[in-house]
Amino acid sequence: MPLLEIKSLNKTFGGLAALMDLNLTLDKGELVGLIGPNGAGKTTAFNLITGVYQPDSGNIDFHGEKIQGKKPYAICKRGIARTFQNIRLFNELTVLENVEVAFHKDVGYGVLSAIFRTPSFFKGEASIKEQATEILDIFGLKMKVDERSGSLPYGEQRRLEIARAMATKPQLLILDEPAAGMNPLETAELMKLIRWIRERFNLTILLIEHDMSLVMGVCERIYVLDFGRVIAQGLPEKIRSDPKVIEAYLGEEAG
Amino acid sequence: MESFKNSRIKNIILPVVGVAALYMIVQFLISSELLNPYYQIILFLIGINIILAVSLNLINGITGQFSIGHAGFMSVGAYMGAVCTVKLGYPFVVAIIAAFLVAGIMGLFIGVPTLRLRGDYLAIATLGFGEIVRVVLLNIDYVGGAAGIIGIPQLTNWAWLFGSVVITIVVIQNFIRSSHGRACIAIREDELAAELMGVNTTLYKVLAFSIGAAFAGLAGALYAHYFFLIQPTNFNFLKSFDILVMVVLGGMGSTSGCVLAAIFLTIISALLQSFTEVRMILYALVLIIVMIRRPQGLMGNKELSLNLLGKFRRRDKHAAVRDKVTE
Repeated sequence: MPLLEIKSLNKTFGGLAALMDLNLTLDKGELVGLIGPNGAGKTTAFNLITGVYQPDSGNIDFHGEKIQGKKPYAICKRGIARTFQNIRLFNELTVLENVEVAFHKDVGYGVLSAIFRTPSFFKGEASIKEQATEILDIFGLKMKVDERSGSLPYGEQRRLEIARAMATKPQLLILDEPAAGMNPLETAELMKLIRWIRERFNLTILLIEHDMSLVMGVCERIYVLDFGRVIAQGLPEKIRSDPKVIEAYLGEEAG
Repeated sequence: MESFKNSRIKNIILPVVGVAALYMIVQFLISSELLNPYYQIILFLIGINIILAVSLNLINGITGQFSIGHAGFMSVGAYMGAVCTVKLGYPFVVAIIAAFLVAGIMGLFIGVPTLRLRGDYLAIATLGFGEIVRVVLLNIDYVGGAAGIIGIPQLTNWAWLFGSVVITIVVIQNFIRSSHGRACIAIREDELAAELMGVNTTLYKVLAFSIGAAFAGLAGALYAHYFFLIQPTNFNFLKSFDILVMVVLGGMGSTSGCVLAAIFLTIISALLQSFTEVRMILYALVLIIVMIRRPQGLMGNKELSLNLLGKFRRRDKHAAVRDKVTE
């Protein structure tokens, strides 16, 4: 059984067909890329998977269970976490608190427990703090725990966003243009990080990326979207030489 | 072990001693009649305003839901409390608890439909709610219509007021400083990201809204049982704005800032009573000056705490060491 199975998914905004008949499968442990020119519907696909938008028709199965129509927080609880194209950290919170928010879904105490400061509150808070510190240590941000997340340098904000997503203990991690705005050196480091977290957490990863070196470098399989349709899929080598893909990216003349 | 004991002393025993001392000093001032009735009224208004500002801060400053109908919940509590004691003859405790619960439930009912709205739309919807409550109260004969309820026994004494203020601050502060409070702040910072990180944003928005409303109801009941008479006009939108101004001035998201602002503004507006003609002009001028000098509010989103004081002390020590080295 595939981990994620998307069957004939459709989404329109007004008269604009953002996604038409999208079919996509992810097996456990795969690292798959989703590429395409601007406006091809990549982020729309991510928003449909994570419950931000509701599809017009089609099915999204995760672990063989329907997840479309569920609220984003419920989908997160089932094990899908994501990062955003433009970084969306909780800027006024510290680095540690950002990650602690991600542990909230497993919080071991209730509101009354918090108000009356019962032992379960202290136990729960200690456990959240310990786990959050551990995650930040793994991502090399332990020195920065008390800094305001909004004041971190760009590369570290990206890393914190991935750390925060990992804190929700996902089985599927969705990365929306993780290398956006990074220089080649930072991109190379990010590639290493992505490969490493997949090994470390036994994770399935789906990523959108414009940076071809990153996509070709880490992805095992690639889907290419253009105008809301999948125009090609397969191994990176095959995609690289596919005339339809070259056409979509470079225009007809160049093809 | 030593440091554990020290932190325990600093975090629990010192504040408890401080709060008890404050209570006893003021109680002494009141019972020995050193504090004349005029100052007593200001004191009680300060207490009620602290409850209102701290509870609105939970909704506006912490959860980031811009509500300007807080006087509506206050009036629900005030009328509920007054009906309990005057019409039904229940004891004050029952009136207080009923006011708290009914205002909280009202917050739930208003919160569920309106919290889908964001920003200015939510502000307008909550403003509308406040006005609806006022107009409804104006037209119910059972609660006196425009004349309001008269002859409410003065049951709010210093012990009740002080206890309520302390409970409000402790409960709301404990809520904020927990994982649940962090979830609320995450909603303020980025609602979509919070939802995608597993926070049930609807639940927490409604929860923060009802807790805030419940404490506004408590403030209303205390108000009704101190001032003898309540009328719908006591709770018009100007009252809502007064509370909002305290929160903005104190610093959105800072409980201690709201406490300071509630004290500061209540005293300012009392002092300005003697300049009736120019009172509102001066009040507005004070606000404009503070907002120009400190747009983030008195406290920003920081909290005044013993730890913070400790940090200042430590920084002084470092500075002293540095100075010595440079010498």
